[in-house]
Amino acid sequence: MRTMFVDHVRRQLALHELREGSGHPLLILHGLGERSPTVAPSITQGWSGPVFALDFTGHGDSTLPAGGGYTCEALMSDADAALAEIGPSVVLGYGLGAYVGLLLFGSRPREIEGLVIADGTGFDGGGARPTSSKLLEVPSDQLGDTTPDPWALLELASDIRPPDYAVEHVRQVAALADMDKAVAVVSIGRPEWLEAAMESDVVFESDIATALSTFDRL
Amino acid sequence: MQSEIEVIRASVPQARRPDRTRRVDVGGIEVSVVEWGSEENPPVLLAHGGFDFAGTFDILGPLLAEAGFRAVAWDQRGHGDSDMAALYTWEADVRDAARVLASLESVSPVPVLGHSKGGGMTNQLAEVLPHRISAVINLDGIPNERGFGHKIDRTDVAALDAELAAWLDHRRRAGHTLRRADTLQGLAERRRVMNPRLSVEWLQYLVTVGAREDTDGWRWKIDPTLRFGPSGAWRPEWAIPRLRGLHVPFLGIVGTIEEEMGWATSPDEALPILPDGAEFHALANTGHFVHIERAEDVAEIVVDFLGRTL
Repeated sequence: MRTMFVDHVRRQLALHELREGSGHPLLILHGLGERSPTVAPSITQGWSGPVFALDFTGHGDSTLPAGGGYTCEALMSDADAALAEIGPSVVLGYGLGAYVGLLLFGSRPREIEGLVIADGTGFDGGGARPTSSKLLEVPSDQLGDTTPDPWALLELASDIRPPDYAVEHVRQVAALADMDKAVAVVSIGRPEWLEAAMESDVVFESDIATALSTFDRL
Repeated sequence: MQSEIEVIRASVPQARRPDRTRRVDVGGIEVSVVEWGSEENPPVLLAHGGFDFAGTFDILGPLLAEAGFRAVAWDQRGHGDSDMAALYTWEADVRDAARVLASLESVSPVPVLGHSKGGGMTNQLAEVLPHRISAVINLDGIPNERGFGHKIDRTDVAALDAELAAWLDHRRRAGHTLRRADTLQGLAERRRVMNPRLSVEWLQYLVTVGAREDTDGWRWKIDPTLRFGPSGAWRPEWAIPRLRGLHVPFLGIVGTIEEEMGWATSPDEALPILPDGAEFHALANTGHFVHIERAEDVAEIVVDFLGRTL
């Protein structure tokens, strides 16, 4: 494994190259509170291109920021910084990373060549609609110098993920990505944002091996 | 002989820099807190708008202090003299507000006043800490269903594509860039584009507070990574029933002239969604910055309201 650090918005993001290759890059986005794997997962064995994995801000070997303030949009920009480094890629996202991957696909429809949505931690966030407002607090004795950041665990399990917001991003993919089948759903989990996204023709159900093989051939 | 800064500040005689400054830890970063008036006086907490800073209360704060209050404002994270954060979110701003409120160590609930974004924040503060807030005063921060700021039709694929890409492009550059340096006067002129109704003297005064002089010129202190941009998943209409649900005394003040930075909530839109018993003033011939354009009138309304409700 080779790790490079991407300087992004005054943070250092750890981008790991888990395996070299000559085709399209595959970018793995981990779930909430997780970190990138240290070896390429066996499921990616047939992937012809390089396999990368990004540690989001506050996770793994990336910068642990002070004061919280996490949003999925900020994590989307983390993943965008990885795209800027490795070029157009297929994204394999787990849980939180799957949702972030969808936001990024909708925002960079020409720089992602397929998205695989897999089960993982932080899949639902705080649900589809707002609940009563609350003050999220991390006791100061729980704030240390190691990842994952307790603020991330709290804030990214509380953010609202409205179905129409996911639909907006899928609409961008459908209109701009120039792919008939762009988003493969291999998860058994179906948060409301995903159920809504699956109404689109560019989203299809699959299994992870078939999905990766389909995107690898494109 | 007076310095340039002293001359500029003297040209706005009604403005006064704070009596005290301190810093409050908000969970690993610090925000700058300023105060006008005796510490023995009853406090009122002031929340500034987006891309502003506590110094925008340099007229209203002293007026409230003269009326017998301890007026307390703070620079939101990344703004003014507060620390820059790695991450910014509305929820963190509200949490920071709660930390500043706690730093007052007031046994009694405290009235809060917010302008624009600060108004939205203080509405939410009263929602999450109803037992700590005695009254809410909202200066052109009353929600409507259209939202505020850069409004695009999110079903317009090309428009949304441009907005999302522009935000990510900014993030790719941010962290490596500084705000553009200019002369003090040039910086004031640039701010005038977004604040067209405010006087040149006041805008130059703001530069002496909210900007710093580097070797190559003046630049705003605000974190250069901050940018107006996609509002994310938030939908403005979510704030409406929450506002209606507040049960503390509520005073809303808006100007009737729409401006780029304003929320443009009309009286007809505002009145049905305000809490029961709310007091509401629409100031004629006044723009978004009611507390600057009409500082004495706003102070009089606020002091009268607090005198009757506290």
